[in-house]
Amino acid sequence: MPEKGPAPAGLDGLIACPTCDALHNIAPVPPGSKARCHRCHTVLMTPRQGAMTRIVMLAATAAVLMIAAIFFPFLELQVGGLSRKSSVFDAITAFSASGMLPLSIAVAALIVVLPFARLVAIAYALGPMALGWHPAPQAARAFRWAEATRPWAMAEIFIVGVAVALVKITGLAKVTPGPAFWAFAALVLVTVLKDSFMCRLTVWKTLEERSRS
Amino acid sequence: MENARRTQSVLTARRAGLVGCTTCGRVHARQAVVCHRCGSRLASRDTGSLQRVWAWLFAGMIAYIPANLYPMLVTSTFGKTQQNTIVGGVIELFEHGSWGVALIVFVASVLIPIGKFIAIAYLAVSARSAVVIRGHGRQHLYEVVEFIGRWSMIDVFVVAILAALVQLDFVATVHPGIAAASFALSVAFTMISAQNFDPRLLWDAYEADDT
Ligand SMILES: [Zn+2]
Ligand SMILES: [Zn+2]
Repeated sequence: MPEKGPAPAGLDGLIACPTCDALHNIAPVPPGSKARCHRCHTVLMTPRQGAMTRIVMLAATAAVLMIAAIFFPFLELQVGGLSRKSSVFDAITAFSASGMLPLSIAVAALIVVLPFARLVAIAYALGPMALGWHPAPQAARAFRWAEATRPWAMAEIFIVGVAVALVKITGLAKVTPGPAFWAFAALVLVTVLKDSFMCRLTVWKTLEERSRS
Repeated sequence: MENARRTQSVLTARRAGLVGCTTCGRVHARQAVVCHRCGSRLASRDTGSLQRVWAWLFAGMIAYIPANLYPMLVTSTFGKTQQNTIVGGVIELFEHGSWGVALIVFVASVLIPIGKFIAIAYLAVSARSAVVIRGHGRQHLYEVVEFIGRWSMIDVFVVAILAALVQLDFVATVHPGIAAASFALSVAFTMISAQNFDPRLLWDAYEADDT
């Protein structure tokens, strides 16, 4: 990848809408309000008070919940006298048992590995800034990666999948959600909350300003 | 009123002889290659975009065919083996009276994938013309496609969960079928297709913004 050149002079006060390319002058946006593109109405900036700190805290919370969600029993299944506890970990290995290892790896990546790695990357990129420090080395790369992989982190879709699976086997067996199910549900809520504080353009602007000064 | 808005010219980064970063919004001189703020590659317009959109879209459509022909789920109950395709699973849920869940699976596995094929194809075809739906309509369509495509993965997860859970030997076992893999691939390919689309193209046509 080519090296970054010197900071382009005189273009600091401009911003181009990522969806429609319309140019805007950056005016200070008061926290809590939204700045939209005047042409396509995409939200450009929606800064929140203390957003950095909250995002990092929520990312850390989500990471802890994630670990609980993976290894604690997720669902318990009872048929007659038999009972079986399954963790998310078992769900991932289920595909590999039936000779579908690539699919097993893909499911693991989508519901566990990728969401977890994204949380770590976000905490790494924003953590020092939440404390008012200079960004960590490669912070931009970490945040760029987290942004690019966002559509592929599918924890919330997995939760709906669990609900559907439960209905499908109600005729066959009695199923009770375990602690990991609630950890996963909480994880989805925390993630939604974290995303609501996330204003990409503000984060990028702050990253650049802090690494310069 | 509408016509007045339509002919009104909007100053875009390209018209101003600049290039905007689609990741962080930073504006650069035309000849810049890498964004100074976030390190993303810069392109005034992603010229290869439509080609990649079509390639991934076709891959997604092809993978969707075996996903419907082969079983998604192989269930053995008391020695009897039953194979369920996507549509077969929906019909069975419906017959059991679980209408709500049948509807969720039907929407996620049939309506969304097919709707997404059509929507992406429409956006790619219409990218260079401003005739059918105006900018805002197509922008909304693009946003919906981006947001909703991932939800098709539900059925793949359902299969994974069932296979993990229902392993009570002699009573019932569930195995994923070939369709689970090809359906997952189909969803992934269409997601990549949608991500390759450069939404700025839609607005260029609308504004007849040519340089
Ligand atoms: Zn815009
Ligand atoms: Zn950038």
